[in-house]
Amino acid sequence: MRSVHALGVAALVMQALPDPTFAGEPKSGGIFRIYHRDSPGSASIHEGATYSINIPFMPVFNNLVIFDQHIAQNSQDTIRPELAESWVWSGDGKTLTFKLRKDVKWHDGKPFTSADVKCTFDMVMGKSQQKFRQNPRKSWYDEVNEVTVNGDYEASFNLKRPQPALLSLLASGYTPVYPCHVSPGDMRTKPVGTGPFKFVEFKANESIKLTKNPDYWKKGLPYLDGIEFTIITNRSTAILGFVSGKFDMTFPTEVSIPLLKDVKSQAPNAVCVVEPNNVSTNIIVNSSNPPFDNVDVRRAMAMALDRKAFVQIQFEGQADIGGTMLPAPAGLWAMPKEMLEQIPGYGPNVEKNREDARKLMQKAGYGPDKKLAIKVSTRNIPVYRDPAIILIDQLKSIYIDAELDVVDTAQWFPKVARKDYSLGLNLTGNAVDDPDQSFYENYSCGSERNYTGYCNKEIEKLFDEQSMEKDVNKRKKLVWEIDKKLQEDVARPIIFHSRTGTCWQPYVKNVTIMSNSSYNGYRYEDVWMDK
Amino acid sequence: MFAYIVRRLALMLVTLFGISVIIFVLLRVVPGNIVDILFDAAGFVDPADKANLEKELGLSQPIVVQYFTWISGLLRGDLGYSYVSEKPALQEILPRIPITAKLAGLALLFSASIGIPLGVISAVHQGTRLDYTLRVVSLSGLSLPSFWLGLLILMASVSMFGMMPIFNPNPKTWTEAFAIYAVPAMAVGFRSAALTMRITRSSMLEILRQDYIRTARAKGASENSVNYHHALKNAVLPVITVIGIEAAFLIGGLIVTETVFNIPGIARFLVEALRWRDYPIVQNLVMFIACVVVFTNFVVDLLYAAIDPRIRFGD
Repeated sequence: MRSVHALGVAALVMQALPDPTFAGEPKSGGIFRIYHRDSPGSASIHEGATYSINIPFMPVFNNLVIFDQHIAQNSQDTIRPELAESWVWSGDGKTLTFKLRKDVKWHDGKPFTSADVKCTFDMVMGKSQQKFRQNPRKSWYDEVNEVTVNGDYEASFNLKRPQPALLSLLASGYTPVYPCHVSPGDMRTKPVGTGPFKFVEFKANESIKLTKNPDYWKKGLPYLDGIEFTIITNRSTAILGFVSGKFDMTFPTEVSIPLLKDVKSQAPNAVCVVEPNNVSTNIIVNSSNPPFDNVDVRRAMAMALDRKAFVQIQFEGQADIGGTMLPAPAGLWAMPKEMLEQIPGYGPNVEKNREDARKLMQKAGYGPDKKLAIKVSTRNIPVYRDPAIILIDQLKSIYIDAELDVVDTAQWFPKVARKDYSLGLNLTGNAVDDPDQSFYENYSCGSERNYTGYCNKEIEKLFDEQSMEKDVNKRKKLVWEIDKKLQEDVARPIIFHSRTGTCWQPYVKNVTIMSNSSYNGYRYEDVWMDK
Repeated sequence: MFAYIVRRLALMLVTLFGISVIIFVLLRVVPGNIVDILFDAAGFVDPADKANLEKELGLSQPIVVQYFTWISGLLRGDLGYSYVSEKPALQEILPRIPITAKLAGLALLFSASIGIPLGVISAVHQGTRLDYTLRVVSLSGLSLPSFWLGLLILMASVSMFGMMPIFNPNPKTWTEAFAIYAVPAMAVGFRSAALTMRITRSSMLEILRQDYIRTARAKGASENSVNYHHALKNAVLPVITVIGIEAAFLIGGLIVTETVFNIPGIARFLVEALRWRDYPIVQNLVMFIACVVVFTNFVVDLLYAAIDPRIRFGD
């Protein structure tokens, strides 16, 4: 209790102190130079599932609503109007109506109207003539019956049942409004938006350039003349580029904890922050085939995990242990620590957990003389490979002799879809810190991203129950219960939730890195440079 | 000579046809295609959507039809569209060629202008401290991976000068323009220079033991004249062969160097295209590189006759 008070006081003090990144009167001008970690496959946010697309192209667009770009923790309380002036829920919670701004124009000069809102969401829901090549977030709108318009400046989302979280999904960086008059193909190569920056060019493997939108509907913004992303795939070169002053900012949430030390030693004036990115490293288990069709073997595997060792080795202690939902304090929906520690395998005594795990393995017929030989499959990318190696080492403690099976990116998903694996080490990114996004996408029966095919009708009912619950406290308790059950069922054992760093030069002002998502904070309309 | 050239040209065409088949088949043998990758990134799979996209990109056609579509397009100058950027492949490839050509040219120039003189010096001073030093330098050149050398150069630039010579499409000064090509060219050309030096040295040592060299010395020719006029002229033939082969191998070194120095040339582009299974880019680029290699070897063969009058190509 005392520490809670202390934290509260510290938070108040921090709020009272002037934030150096906000100091001074904003200055206009300058090209904001950022390096980009890779060449994104397209410029269409709706067709992507990586923040490699969100970060450079979010400044081109607006949403109906958006998470406050200067409050690190996204929540329902931090949702602000953008293309919508206001919104209202119907009494039965089944209709969400937006009043739209009348002074907004697309970058090509055409007016923005409610028809664009309908077009966008019809396309996302797969209900329009025009189709996306890929539509990874279609399931977000499963509860939306249709989008209707009332005149040019009002649009309503009509739901099958109440879903308060819909507003959070609409506030994500993944939910821009697209123009009706531009085809999905053109949006992949020459996106047109209403946002603070206009698209100039995208040279694959080279650069992405955006320029100031002088007719932006928020008068006086943006401050920057433009943003230039230089694509540098070699991480060492990119970091050296930042250190030498070629770039004003690193690629957001891409500096690992060990690299952060290098940056701070070589560029001591750089402003660096470390935040959770709501990406969990987890294990996907093929429970349809032996040996993991045996629940005892699955449980033993989950109980053998020494999560603190993962965190220490990979993140020098700077990562978080939790269930499906992002751990507190950054995460809004995480179960309390004492509840988490009741889950088998999460208790602090690793040796005791492993002793229990060995008993389960012996019950399943394995032991020191009969070890279980399996392969741990994962993508051939360091953030996947490194924890897979630690996992293999830890599994040895419970008579599992695992071998690393690295899979080329092009083969990873087809392999998982074919269920051609025993154990897989996987990363799951959550765009919105909300149970609706996480539960339905990853654990719902028949969901495309439910790689393991986990299906529990009882839990499915609880998913719907929490989704409809308006009272946040009641919903939290339901979410904790669901999360606990998911871990007990070994649906997709979570190893840790990572944290990563972002650095910028001291003259860059008004940058906020989100603490519970790495997909939502890149509008950059009021970022400015004091130089 | 004319008949030889015609025969070589015909052989070149057959070689290129063979290469085109190998490239095409190998690319399709590698597991996964662009559709797998696109859907993998999205974490979403709907067999109907996948099938539609494969049809749209022409990947559902029989492989023979795909091959002839490609080759007939290539002969017409239509290289198809990049699956990723959805732009014409030619438009994607063309601007990158001069960048890599400049880099490769400078690297070869560096390799020849450093490797040949040092090889001669090493040979004529055989067994001296200078020879040992140069041999250590050449061994280090062969042992140091070019990515490591490149990174070392970048780190030294940042640490000593507070700047780094990575690619800038619009250099402000002539010196900057030179630096952004010369520094990476040196990094990639160092290995090649070391090899050239070793070949030159061993070739020179062999020539310097020949009777005609002794005769030249006996006739009172100066050391410089003996080394550079009489010996080097004959010793340079294997060096030219090596430089020709190195030109082909250079593309491997350039992939790493272009990545480290962030140069948007064709070598790095090829790797990225391969990662995405962007067939129109990969097969056309590899075909282009194959043409360069085949043509370089052809030129090297013709150079033999120009340099060594004893060599004659039979009709």
